[in-house]
Amino acid sequence: MAELPNTQETLTPDTFLRGLWEENPVFVMLLGMCPVLAVTSTTMNALAMGLATTFVLVCSSLLVSLLRNWIPKQVRIASYIVIIATFVTIVDYSIQAISLELYAALGAFIQLIVANCVILGRAEAYASKQRLTTTFVNSLGMGAGFTLALLALGTVREILGNGTILGIHLFSPDFQPWVVMILPPGGFFVLGAWLLLFNWLRLRKERKQAEQIGVTAHAR
Amino acid sequence: MEAQNQSRPAAATPTWAMLRTLGGIALLSGLLVALVYQVTLPIIAENQRVLTEKAVFRVLPQASLKRDFVLTKQGGLAPVGEGVDGEHVYGGYDAAGNLVGVAFTGVAVGYAGPIRVMFAYDPECRCLNGSKVLSSNETPGFGDKLDFDPEFLKNFEALDARLDAEGRALANPIVTVKHGTKNQPWEIDGISGATISSKAMGRAANAAAQRAVPAIERDLAWLKQQH
Amino acid sequence: MHAEPLSLIFLNAAIVNNFVLALFLGICPFLGVSGKRETAWNMGLATMFVMLVSSAAAFGINWLLTELDLLFLRLICYIAVIASAVQLVEMFVKRFSPALFRSLGIFLPLITTNCAILGLALFQTAKEYDFVQSLVYALGAGTGFTLALMLMAGLREKLALARVPSVSQGAAMSLMLAGLLSLAFMGFAGLGGGHG
Repeated sequence: MAELPNTQETLTPDTFLRGLWEENPVFVMLLGMCPVLAVTSTTMNALAMGLATTFVLVCSSLLVSLLRNWIPKQVRIASYIVIIATFVTIVDYSIQAISLELYAALGAFIQLIVANCVILGRAEAYASKQRLTTTFVNSLGMGAGFTLALLALGTVREILGNGTILGIHLFSPDFQPWVVMILPPGGFFVLGAWLLLFNWLRLRKERKQAEQIGVTAHAR
Repeated sequence: MEAQNQSRPAAATPTWAMLRTLGGIALLSGLLVALVYQVTLPIIAENQRVLTEKAVFRVLPQASLKRDFVLTKQGGLAPVGEGVDGEHVYGGYDAAGNLVGVAFTGVAVGYAGPIRVMFAYDPECRCLNGSKVLSSNETPGFGDKLDFDPEFLKNFEALDARLDAEGRALANPIVTVKHGTKNQPWEIDGISGATISSKAMGRAANAAAQRAVPAIERDLAWLKQQH
Repeated sequence: MHAEPLSLIFLNAAIVNNFVLALFLGICPFLGVSGKRETAWNMGLATMFVMLVSSAAAFGINWLLTELDLLFLRLICYIAVIASAVQLVEMFVKRFSPALFRSLGIFLPLITTNCAILGLALFQTAKEYDFVQSLVYALGAGTGFTLALMLMAGLREKLALARVPSVSQGAAMSLMLAGLLSLAFMGFAGLGGGHG
């Protein structure tokens, strides 16, 4: 049997918020990068992808958490993958039922949610050990963090590469968009730029803290 | 698979427990997926139908009624029904019941995968007079010119698609030429900067017309009665 | 599309539509295992092997499911086969080269969640390739993956010795490099494609 939970997390706001910032799956843990780069050429696609991933993440985490005492350790990965693949198939058909145009825009990446390491990672590292409620809140937070990251990329790329946001033109009609931003290299560049920004913020914060410690040490 | 690899050191878990779990999960997932599939199937089919209808009325703007036909193996047309399969063509009729044109789809590989296009054929001028890209993965800003570039769309105002003497193939295959060098009515003036996409468009138009136009012309009299 | 010559399929998968740099598949190992050239090479080969096995298996499964009219189970079956193939490679490597096993570490089981492999299986189905075409496509994809990994590892080995601003260290730098590589690969666009 799976190792019995020894550290049950109590439900705090942090259970949710961690996924948004501190342990953001994209910007901090660098997981699930493929869809992040591939479908973020427009804000709409990014949002749809984020919601689809969140749905799969929450549902599969819940089921894993529910079954956590019945899944033997040896077959856990296989079980998780089958569970995830089930929900992805469900999402796949649901999106086709909602809008075929959206389905065409997201392409194969809906089915590729199966191979998103964020989801398997959550199942393995969190859902298989924690209670149903905390799992729900935590995976919802992770999903929100993932969606946020997708949106951060999608908006920047759509504005720069197409001159629009959610399909609405921002500039005069003769504006020549920076097309490379919606092409593959643009995905790498924009994500790289976001990481640079976060690195810079982090370094600045660390420097400030170091200065403060320095000041107090000096005063003593 | 995980089981075979690691079961020996951890002998505590009996094999049947693993089989039970895997079997149970597989059963559960099979049930869920089958259920969702059954529920969404009619909705997806309806979406598909609406999408096709929209495209047909887009390429045949004068039409108010659409009828579906199938290209038969004998090289003619037949009404859609049970046990008839093959490529679909769509007849468009106006309010008075006159045939205004026939729409059919063509596919060709472009810059980033297949491009599916719907074309309209006008039996009066024996030419293609409309096009609409149904799906493509072409680069935004380049490939989508196929649907929006006014200069490129001029190609599909009257693209010659007459048949040869035997009526089995086009007299002049439709072909995309380099931008600015079009001088025949069956040539498509390419888009500079999106050469691969516009060439694919030409191949799709040619292949589709070579299949559909002979059948349409053969059964034209019958087709006009089908409103 | 059935007439697509094998050489073109290979070229297309390996270079023009490179799985990593143009289609964004397999980014996780691309960023994770591209620190050293030797590891990158081994990872590339292991991935290519899994690709070949799962491509062949996916072809069989697709045929079987089409016969049984159970296509909605395709995704679940594909991922199960890939997981088994990875497990097979893992046992194989562990048995014959423990050193390699250690150097690949956590990334070996993670091949399962390498979307390049699942993507390959899905694309070959969508493109309706026959058996030989599928295998060539898998070979091309594996070559392309290895190529991208090696290029990246080469760059990063050099950059490890360079003085870069502290703000750009780590993943940010890797992503910028990947962007430049991807930009370079865009130059191959249209090569051999489109049949004239």
